[in-house]
Amino acid sequence: MERAAHDRGGWPTDAPIDRAEHELADWELLMDAIVGSLGRSGAMNVDELRRAIESMEPAAYDAASYYERWLFAAETILAEKGVLSPGELDRRMAR
Amino acid sequence: MSFTPGERVHVSSRAHNGHHRTPGYLKGKTGTVERVHDRFLNPETRAYGEDGTPAQRLYLVGFELGDLWPTYRGGAGDRLAADVFEHWLEPAP
Amino acid sequence: MSHDHHDHDHPHEHLTTADEPVVAARVRALEDLLLEKGVVERDELRQRIDWLVSRTPADGARLVARAWVDEDFKTRLLADARQAALELDVDPGPSPVVVALENTENVHHMVVCTLCSCYPRALLGPPPDWYKSLPYRSRAVSDPRGVLREFGLTLEDDVELRVVDSTADIRYLVVPRRPARTDELGEDALASLVTRDSMIGVAQPLTAA
Repeated sequence: MERAAHDRGGWPTDAPIDRAEHELADWELLMDAIVGSLGRSGAMNVDELRRAIESMEPAAYDAASYYERWLFAAETILAEKGVLSPGELDRRMAR
Repeated sequence: MSFTPGERVHVSSRAHNGHHRTPGYLKGKTGTVERVHDRFLNPETRAYGEDGTPAQRLYLVGFELGDLWPTYRGGAGDRLAADVFEHWLEPAP
Repeated sequence: MSHDHHDHDHPHEHLTTADEPVVAARVRALEDLLLEKGVVERDELRQRIDWLVSRTPADGARLVARAWVDEDFKTRLLADARQAALELDVDPGPSPVVVALENTENVHHMVVCTLCSCYPRALLGPPPDWYKSLPYRSRAVSDPRGVLREFGLTLEDDVELRVVDSTADIRYLVVPRRPARTDELGEDALASLVTRDSMIGVAQPLTAA
């Protein structure tokens, strides 16, 4: 049975578990807070967050860091709902 | 249908292309109901803008690790439990 | 922690420090857009950040230490950990249900979220990177004893290992076994032995000095 990239239980791997830890960076804390706020207001619930993450291309999912996935999800869902217009965030980045 | 602790249950192996919280490694496996949790809003519909009602019963279902993995290296009594929604469970034969 | 720039009213460049990845600027740009649109509020973001950075395993450890010294509290903790936390003025977080799993002489619990990273962070602080990592999510359910050995924990063969995959709305907290020779210790001293990893189930608590 083919599995989606997030459905990881029992996925064959010899990779050791990297136990190095890092304190959450400012941008990660901010991303966490944005998602929490969107959840409270109903703009994006946790199931939509997860659904969007699960829609990532497998290679992109594997390569992304945890909060990069959250950013992808927030952009996806907010664009889907018209809260963000197409390319709006890119244009803001270019400003 | 609803289940009670101690009942043997089979996890459906049906295809489900959208968001759902039943892990692939449990699909098609048989386990035992350990706990009956509350009902929770259905993530499969909430993920697509619906309100998730009617809420679905959630069960903690236990499995023997030796049943889940043919080459399991561990204790014979080792178990795994996961929260599975009622609509993914069938009575085990 | 540099949140000062959020207090400015004028638009500002999305500078990142040399240490930050490019994604940081994108997150700040998203924040600015959402603030402008009124989708999020600055005060709420700040409160959420303050809450998250204030979460530590000390809260979970308090529940465990109390359970070690008070059998009745332990019974209540195992019946409804969320309610038991509130009893001690510990914030159990937004999860509607928190379940405490008791380790005994015969049973050792270990928690994972194979699908994402579900974790009782109100009680333990943000999850460590390894908990969210692909190898842990893969191997915790298929080779849990191998994972424990990597963490330096070898269970006896006759101890039943129970892995719990938190796939839905329930959050799980392991109550590790009280270490030997701790009868003389008070609750605070006991709490200091309860590590985050012992409440995830990949380690035992510290032993008494």
